[in-house]
Amino acid sequence: MPRSQIVVYCLVALISLAGLADATYLTAQALSGETMVCGGSPDCFKVLGSQYAHLGSVPLALVGTIAYFSVFSFAILAAFGYAKVRRLLLITVWSMFAVTLWLLYTQAFILHAFCRYCLFSAAMVFLLAGLIVASRSP
Amino acid sequence: MPSSKAIKSFLPFVIIGVVAALTITMGAIFYRAKRVTAVTMSKEQTVAAQATGSVHARGSADAPVTLEEFGDFQCPPCGRLAEPLQQIEKDYGSRLRVIFRNFPFTIHEHAHEAAYAAEAAGLQGRFWEMHDLLYQEQAAWAKSKEVQTLFEAYSGMIHLDVERFKKDMASDRVKEKVESDRKRGEALGVKNTPTIFINNESVPPTSLNPTALRAAIDAALREKKGS
Repeated sequence: MPRSQIVVYCLVALISLAGLADATYLTAQALSGETMVCGGSPDCFKVLGSQYAHLGSVPLALVGTIAYFSVFSFAILAAFGYAKVRRLLLITVWSMFAVTLWLLYTQAFILHAFCRYCLFSAAMVFLLAGLIVASRSP
Repeated sequence: MPSSKAIKSFLPFVIIGVVAALTITMGAIFYRAKRVTAVTMSKEQTVAAQATGSVHARGSADAPVTLEEFGDFQCPPCGRLAEPLQQIEKDYGSRLRVIFRNFPFTIHEHAHEAAYAAEAAGLQGRFWEMHDLLYQEQAAWAKSKEVQTLFEAYSGMIHLDVERFKKDMASDRVKEKVESDRKRGEALGVKNTPTIFINNESVPPTSLNPTALRAAIDAALREKKGS
């Protein structure tokens, strides 16, 4: 595997770590019930306390935590030469990209509020998608 | 000594394992920091609350269970809980006493005015009617630019003397009442709304739903029967 690709996978792992920290924080916030009450940032509350922040009874942040952790694991394995996980990495990142677009649309046009933690996560996903595209270009 | 090839095959899994452990640890630390710890009112705080005299309460004073809510009329979770709470009040009847205290946040544009409106209605003996109406119509007035006009219209709907209501809403008396409720909340460690105490024990935010509240009230009733 070319050295440049190893560097890209390492960058993917690092960025997914930042996203993982963000998603873990939001998961803890959701599980502690903080998003079910008022008192914090009103915009974050509007987003995190909304029905769109949950999949049934599961906080979306928890799904995000699992997704970021998967991306990190796949990127590390890919950097160490496990070729089979590259496809899984691709699928996970593009799925996250699609969900992120939907969530940005929801914040902008349905909830009319933005949560800075969600925007940070969106930025991380865009960076991941950019790196994945870069890693595949000749 | 393991070969470099063996190390290379193990290393990614070690890294993944370390990150998994760190994530779980970090999550646990965040959760502990975010979790609202249960607050129990001391005897002095309970007595001080009863001594204030102007408490807004529904239900029998002899009820075995008292539910005290600190609420903000513009807070959506408070609004969502208002109707289930009314149903709970009906279902438990004389076994439950409900107290409401104002805890408006400045981040909510009209929360203080709404609290003043409820207190002004209270001066004409219609606090609960205004309380219910404010929660019922929360979505309408929360976004309104003409909130004062709306509140005056509400005062008419619940048959208040509108002119007196307007004067009372601007009076120091209602502002002091709202402030005294807020101070009481702060003294008890209230940071969020709704914060609910059932027989002086705070209910965690994760239990602020009809099912969990009923379970907490039932537990308080059993405890009263047992003591």
